[in-house]
Amino acid sequence: MPPLAPDLSALAAPGTGAIVLDGVEKWYGTRDRLVHALARTDLSVAEGELVVLLGPSGCGKTTLLRMVGGLIPPTSGTLTVEGTPLWKEGARQDAAVSELGMVFQEANLFPWLTIEDNIALPLELKGVARAERRARAHALMRLVGIAGFETRWPKELSGGMRQRAAIARALSYDPHILLMDEPFGALDAMTRDQMNLELQRIWMETRKTILLVTHSIGEAVFLADRIVLLSPRPGRIDTVVDVPIERPRTLDTQGHPAFQSIAKALRHRLAEIS
Amino acid sequence: MSGIPLDEPAPPRTSGMPGREALLPWLTTPALLFVLVGIWHLYVTETEISAFILPSPASVWTAWLEMLDSPRAWRHTGATIYVTLVGFAWALVVGVGLGVAIGRLRWLEQTLNPFIVATQVIPKVALVPLFVVWFGFGPTSKIIVAAVLAFFPILTNTVLGVKSVDAGHRDVMVSLNATRWQIFRRLELPSSLPYILTGMEVGIVLAIIGAIVGEYLGGNAGLGYMLIARMNAYETDSLFAVIIHMTILGFVFYFGIGALRRFLIPWHASSGR
Ligand SMILES: Nc1ncnc2c1ncn2[C@@H]1O[C@H](COP(=O)(O)OP(=O)(O)OP(=O)(O)O)[C@@H](O)[C@H]1O
Ligand SMILES: [Mg+2]
Repeated sequence: MPPLAPDLSALAAPGTGAIVLDGVEKWYGTRDRLVHALARTDLSVAEGELVVLLGPSGCGKTTLLRMVGGLIPPTSGTLTVEGTPLWKEGARQDAAVSELGMVFQEANLFPWLTIEDNIALPLELKGVARAERRARAHALMRLVGIAGFETRWPKELSGGMRQRAAIARALSYDPHILLMDEPFGALDAMTRDQMNLELQRIWMETRKTILLVTHSIGEAVFLADRIVLLSPRPGRIDTVVDVPIERPRTLDTQGHPAFQSIAKALRHRLAEIS
Repeated sequence: MSGIPLDEPAPPRTSGMPGREALLPWLTTPALLFVLVGIWHLYVTETEISAFILPSPASVWTAWLEMLDSPRAWRHTGATIYVTLVGFAWALVVGVGLGVAIGRLRWLEQTLNPFIVATQVIPKVALVPLFVVWFGFGPTSKIIVAAVLAFFPILTNTVLGVKSVDAGHRDVMVSLNATRWQIFRRLELPSSLPYILTGMEVGIVLAIIGAIVGEYLGGNAGLGYMLIARMNAYETDSLFAVIIHMTILGFVFYFGIGALRRFLIPWHASSGR
């Protein structure tokens, strides 16, 4: 496979897609200096697409995802979620945010709530009745494979199970888009493979749009429709790679020639830009 | 908040005696107490020390039983309990309310901090005579002393609790479009509760001290007043009895907060098990 060339055609025209970044830029102001975390970036994620952000540490992956999630405002540029601008005159637009579900590297379950109450928390905040919350939480626990742990405390679950619960919580209010920041980064390799398979299944069943951050090339190639490779100082899009491997992908897919050539090219490119 | 009890599997019993450590205090505490009282008793009988300086355990016991029989003593006990609890309740409301505000608002913290430090370093019992002058010999002045003493541990622990709210948990709430009230009710409050309870544990004990010190100086009610009256009457055995009575009261309050802890935050490591 030839070295990866910047593939600008994949950057769809602004205005289309479930998530659209148009000239989005981020500077952090710390006590004594400014940090250019992300240079002007254009990116569009189509509805139902699974896009993976890959890149070395400090290249602005988390920054980009937190901006899309509405947790921090961009310094300049516009962010659009399902056609709605995320920020309007400095105010976050709740309508846009409610189409987003976030999963973080840590499960961030509330230790004072049982697993089912954690999963139903978003519904509780939205005022959904108790019986309905319950039914929904139980259905989601079956979907993510932790049925039977409804009344347990988070501390009683393994890391992988907690992350499943976090995914269930993000899915509880049925957002169209899932934003995931290294959701399996804290898990061991075996659990991680398992979770990748599960995520693919959940994605194929629910047809969400997913934007996922990872450090792992293998995880990126396994999961992605499209991989966006970021380079650091300042963070910017280096390359966009399509992954035309049929689904459902299995653990054997890792032996697939296309998988290996994409992984190899990414590895080389990453070594150059780190 | 749901506190659904869990059916925990029994831990593997590797050591020969299960639950040994949990049982230990139930044996050692009475045994140690017995030894101490024994030494006390021997000392009194051997040295033939004056009962006015150190009464024997037996006479203290008798004095305490008499106290339990006396309606007047119970009125005094009731007065102290009333002052302690009302003072503590004020401290709790103001301490938690102000603590939450200070923990959230940096400018408020910076504005109030010098005053908080100043009021921390003032020896607060030195203010007791002032409160008596201002609020008279009735329960009000004592309630204020109890409240002032209990207030600071509750305030500082609440501030700490609100500041210690996990940033990741906050992200969850913000990404869910939670309102300010929801963030307080569903995140900040439960997350600060272990801290607040720690403040309450210290605060309740200080509230009793405040009540008793207040009673020393003013009025004619409460265990503090009773203590001074016994001292003036040279009834040292009754004096000891009142001290024992106060200690038991302290234990009851302290364990009351402990019970509250297990009820309110069963999920937290501090709730034991
Ligand atoms: N709150 C902040 N204040 C100041 N600088 C920040 C802040 N957050 C991130 N940065 C800086 O912005 C840059 C990008 O950080 P970011 O966390 O987005 O990287 P990342 O790609 O997620 O890295 P990693 O893979 O290690 O998680 C880094 O140089 C980082 O130091
Ligand atoms: Mg990151």
